[in-house]
Amino acid sequence: MTVLRPDSEDFGARLSFDRGEPGRRAVDVPVWRGEQTLLPDAHLRRDSLRLPEMSQGELVRYYTALSARNYGIDSGTYPLGSCTMKYNPKINDLIASQPGFADAHPNAPQAEAQGTLRTLLELRHGLAELTGLPHVSLAPAAGAQGELAGVLMITAALEDRGELAPRRRILVPDSAHGTNPATAAMAGFTVTQIPTAEDGSLDHAMIERELDETVAAVMVTVPNTLGLWERGIEEVAVQIHDAGAYLYADGANLNAIMGRVRYGDLGFDVAHLNLHKSFSTPHGGGGPGAGPVCCSDELAPYLPTPIVVEGDDGLVRFAAPERSIGRLQQFHGNVGVLLRAYAYLRALGLDGLRAVSGQAVLNANYLRVLLHGHYDLPYDRPVLHEVVFSGSRQRREHGVRTYDIAKRLIDHGFHPPTVYFPLIVEEALMLEPTETEPPEAIEALAQALIAIAEEAERDPDIMHGAPWSSPIGRLDETNAARRPVLRWQEPASADV
Amino acid sequence: MTSSRSSSAGSPHPYIPATAADRARMLERIGVADVDALFADLPATLRDPEIDLPPALTEPELIALLGARAAANADPLRPSFLGAGAYRRSVPAIVSHLTSRSEFSTAYTPYQPEISQGTLQSGFEFQSVVCELTGMDVANTGLYDVASATAEACLLAARVTKRQTVALLEPIHPGTVEVVRTYARGAGVRVDQLASIDDVSDAHACLVVQQPDYLGAIVDLEPLADAAHAHDALLVTVADPFALGLLRAPGDAGADIVTGEGRDLAGAPAFGGPSVGLFAARSRFLRQMPGRIVGRTRELHSREEGGQPRTGYVLTLQAREQFIRRERATSNVSTAQALIALAFTIAMQTLGPHGLRESAELCYQRAHDAARRIARMPGFAIPERGPWFQEFLVRGPVSPAQLTDQLATRGITAGLDVSARPEPEAANALLFAVTEATPDAHVDALIEALAEIGAEA
Repeated sequence: MTVLRPDSEDFGARLSFDRGEPGRRAVDVPVWRGEQTLLPDAHLRRDSLRLPEMSQGELVRYYTALSARNYGIDSGTYPLGSCTMKYNPKINDLIASQPGFADAHPNAPQAEAQGTLRTLLELRHGLAELTGLPHVSLAPAAGAQGELAGVLMITAALEDRGELAPRRRILVPDSAHGTNPATAAMAGFTVTQIPTAEDGSLDHAMIERELDETVAAVMVTVPNTLGLWERGIEEVAVQIHDAGAYLYADGANLNAIMGRVRYGDLGFDVAHLNLHKSFSTPHGGGGPGAGPVCCSDELAPYLPTPIVVEGDDGLVRFAAPERSIGRLQQFHGNVGVLLRAYAYLRALGLDGLRAVSGQAVLNANYLRVLLHGHYDLPYDRPVLHEVVFSGSRQRREHGVRTYDIAKRLIDHGFHPPTVYFPLIVEEALMLEPTETEPPEAIEALAQALIAIAEEAERDPDIMHGAPWSSPIGRLDETNAARRPVLRWQEPASADV
Repeated sequence: MTSSRSSSAGSPHPYIPATAADRARMLERIGVADVDALFADLPATLRDPEIDLPPALTEPELIALLGARAAANADPLRPSFLGAGAYRRSVPAIVSHLTSRSEFSTAYTPYQPEISQGTLQSGFEFQSVVCELTGMDVANTGLYDVASATAEACLLAARVTKRQTVALLEPIHPGTVEVVRTYARGAGVRVDQLASIDDVSDAHACLVVQQPDYLGAIVDLEPLADAAHAHDALLVTVADPFALGLLRAPGDAGADIVTGEGRDLAGAPAFGGPSVGLFAARSRFLRQMPGRIVGRTRELHSREEGGQPRTGYVLTLQAREQFIRRERATSNVSTAQALIALAFTIAMQTLGPHGLRESAELCYQRAHDAARRIARMPGFAIPERGPWFQEFLVRGPVSPAQLTDQLATRGITAGLDVSARPEPEAANALLFAVTEATPDAHVDALIEALAEIGAEA
């Protein structure tokens, strides 16, 4: 486990811009010795560009020092619920960085990119098999863009049915990721929130009551953000279709069900996946990801451009579906991420993917029973990939908030779980151990959380100041928002 | 023939540590008979369907398969003059070295600032570099790519001007146009593609201009800014950040929002992605901006008695974002392209103020020298559209399709065929890119090949 040492100096006060000396440089540029072409002054930059002037070694040390102030999945357990922080196999990076793949130009004639295109075609087939939704576009850059694609496909289908004008609502559960309502709004819909029933599944009576000719779609996360199976979703799907609406799957939590049940078989019309989560590509500190969108026959004509198809001549090509919602990126999507995801798919195979979902679910349940009784568990039943505890008892009895618990977990060497989400769980602690944590790591995480629960009773003050061992202490987020400083300034005018 | 190792007692896969004995112990503690029992909530009739996937491969088998696939693409050393939105750059060696540090690459969105200062502080560095290059006041930590960033700029412009039409000035990358149309459709925004600046009107929320434009020409932004502002429309500039090492900062020329593509300097083109979209704006649009923004702050308390709180970085102004504001957010964006933004930042800072300018000048000189050599050859012409940066149109003695084929048979990838475009200079022409990273030998090979083609024609 990486130990992050507190700084002795105020490291963050000095950016690269404040380091080095005028005249130092980190790389030389070849000198042009041929004929000179003048560029009219009117087009030239007028101000002198302010960038750091550092030697190569200084720059490498600066960013190495920054990396040491970060925590990744290679540093230790990272049970960030809903984000599926599992081990990222290094072979996948190696494969994607081979010059034949990495140097391929996006405008290259497609005959000269058959290695990439065939790989994307096979990834497409694999995702279709896994989701039971036969048509796939790999274009979306991340989950939220996949969601936008899915909702715009529904928009286009309704338009072709002549029903877009009346169908202006999308139903979204109150446990949904924030991207779901934000996406619905971005596509011009109003959002109706559906409450969660006592068993942690959607309130079916409420859905039935809301379903009418003004509903375009229902967006559901399966398994849901409580880590629970959405009971009876296959019956709700029939009701939704009877009402003329579409059923959308947020596939962020696919890791729990890979190889065991498929969105298409359950009656979903369209789903997006998060390959950086379920297919274990590096999360990069917030991307790049990839958010392919998979759909039924009915919605296939509307998929985003491009899709990958094989011609009768055996050549694989990009194509535009006949009623496509259009492009989502200038080129073809996050191809480097898609290649890694394909390597992951091939490394596991069906048995491997079933072992992934089985172990992910076993690990989450193991953590559930190890922590049972130490924290409140509002939905007390077997879970799938993640388990959502509540710190409400600690808050009520000892004045220790979930925020404090998360910060104290840093002192025990763990990345904290997702907190205060889903919004329907008070003081939520959302833990997703994933299949790549060995049982002893899960036991150590549970022991740390139990020790923290005991500490909350005994010594709440130490928790209010945590973390104590991190490179920096708690930061003033209120002031950051109230008096925003968002870029480097010359030292004279810096005022934080 | 070989096949994957499979043992019922050991761990099921190198990526999954628990052994059969581990599983038995865990199942006993949970109180269920087997793993399948944990899936009891799933509908029985739909469980464990038949799924057709190819068999698992070991590491050596994966390398063999995907090594062959990589080799089935064009030889990466083959001379190529493709540009049109993606350019070969001299990427400093330290970039991939630093971004492959797993503390950066295997972290996620920095929700816990105390152990995410690496991502946060470098996000602040990125925002600072983008502001410096573009001449803007504020920048976010990056969006998916230039086209989606431009689409978000159009939606922002529509929100703040309360106008439902945006104008894109041709020639602009067709991919950018298509993405703006995709996003605009959902928001009920109309898209006008303008052939002339005279067509901008009071109906337009913004005028979008690409710098250099799609056919390579350097655009004089100031009159365009004046024209947009005369109609109370915003000027959105889609700028190549590398060219901005040399060219006038769009902010200096009156732009209100600047977007751009950071992929080329960040590393290899990777068939077009992952990319990173730059997004910078005037400070008055700060609270309407999409995406994550890093702010500078201090510790709440010093850990040392009597000590000063130290400087740190946090995600800020999050009330704009989907996970707080939900359906009232400025965008649905969540995961973006942080690692590519980091690579872009390190590349820019490695070049430094002088290196970036020198590199952009080298690119300019090399491209113009190549164009001059081609223009001197009988049968070839370079249709001029005013000053340009790194891309130029080439008209040959044979059709663009024939020229492409005849170069291909000589082992050279031609520039993109743009002969179907409406601009008169593009008629019968290919768009060639030559950059600071194009080897001299490749230009020489091109000249030689063109001479042969010219002689045969």
